[in-house]
Amino acid sequence: MKNILEGSRAIALTIKNINPAVVSAYPITPQTHIVEDLAKFKADGEADYEYARAESEFAAASIVLGASATGVRTYTATCSQGLLLMAEVVYNIAGMRLPIVMTCANRAVSAPINIWNDQQDVMSVRDAGWIMFFAENHQETVDQHIMAYKIAEKLKLPVMVNVDGFVLTHTYEPVEIPTREQIKKYLPDYKSTKGEFLDPNNPVTMGAFATPADYMEIREELHNDLIASKKIIDEEYKKFNKFFKQTVNGQQSTVNSPFLEYTGPSNPKVILVAMGSVIGTIKETVSEMNNIKSLAANLMREKIGILKIKIYRPFPAEEILKIIGKAKYVAVIDKSISLGQIGILASDIKAAAQGKINSKIQSFIVGLGGRDVTKEMVKKIIREVKTNGDEVKFIGK
Amino acid sequence: MKIVVKPNTSIKNKTGGWRTFYPEVSPQKCINCGLCAKVCPEGIIYKDEKAPKPYFHADLDYCKGCGLCAAECPVKAITMMLDNK
Repeated sequence: MKNILEGSRAIALTIKNINPAVVSAYPITPQTHIVEDLAKFKADGEADYEYARAESEFAAASIVLGASATGVRTYTATCSQGLLLMAEVVYNIAGMRLPIVMTCANRAVSAPINIWNDQQDVMSVRDAGWIMFFAENHQETVDQHIMAYKIAEKLKLPVMVNVDGFVLTHTYEPVEIPTREQIKKYLPDYKSTKGEFLDPNNPVTMGAFATPADYMEIREELHNDLIASKKIIDEEYKKFNKFFKQTVNGQQSTVNSPFLEYTGPSNPKVILVAMGSVIGTIKETVSEMNNIKSLAANLMREKIGILKIKIYRPFPAEEILKIIGKAKYVAVIDKSISLGQIGILASDIKAAAQGKINSKIQSFIVGLGGRDVTKEMVKKIIREVKTNGDEVKFIGK
Repeated sequence: MKIVVKPNTSIKNKTGGWRTFYPEVSPQKCINCGLCAKVCPEGIIYKDEKAPKPYFHADLDYCKGCGLCAAECPVKAITMMLDNK
């Protein structure tokens, strides 16, 4: 049954049904209603997880790290400055191969102080070794959290689910939350591997010291495992869609995989690439072109394709090139920037495309610090990408 | 590579190579008070019971050459020497 829920509440209800053993968070701005709701469920006796209120985001991440090392399912959520304070632990969690799932409500980073949406926070830890999901809407957020636990626990890799702060966390949409019983059929109780978790009866050392003689191989292995995880992610996505048919995402799309969703003609002239909720705005914009209210018809007529990246790490380079290689112009729309370089997703796509495709790839920066991304801006990007020059452009008006 | 290991196995990482100076103990001067073993931040100074005259000395596989033992020795039995590797 569908309910009209706030994004944060939808995530909290999903986590409650996923039933972690330990939840820890730091309850101050920037935070979301996700952990507030989870605390309330516990206080009202509706949930039986341990809820550890931490003294900082660094501590919250450390608490879930420690709890996960004892072999139980854990959860935390954060955003912007909080994620930056967690950064050291974020790297540790991946290095120790702990299957932690964390929600990041994407928000801008100081200074100037700003609590609104962009994706700069997560981009600062993109190299830490986590699998990174990006959701477009509430239903996809719910679905990605359930899949995240399955993938994390199967691969012993942490997963971060990224949802646009405010745009998704503080807005209401119809969404279906699977019940605890439904989730349990897809995602059985977590059992950690024997001899690989903290147990007083069988002591082990985790996160130990590695000299130059071993460190490099350990890092290479983490990289290889992250790349190899694509196969399992693909399998789990197919399984998920069999278990939960309510999923509304990807129904209009031409190509739909766990990594990306492409909507548009097979011979596009322009492709717009983005991650997260801005995809909804792009679809709306194209839907209203030419006085015909149809996304599919307008995409055909304008020869525009829309490419949504759903998993940013491991980076689906081949899958992306296969789609954008057909277009003459590719506009990569980032809600973050590597200052002094270009948009971060754009930079990754350009690196992957080097010498492989001939499309013009241009970086566009939108929506920093919560600036509304309007339909006019999307139209401007479509116009701009078709002109000469490929320097990075800030589209603020 | 196994990253979850048994406790006390990081001993395989020989860290003595990090030092510049090493402690040289004079067995004749050593009075076996054991103060050097107590102040050693690495806990790697032991009593050599098998020597003709038992004395305390550092395990050079792990000694970082901090010199605390030499500074604290009440009879100046320990001299820090340049480690020519």
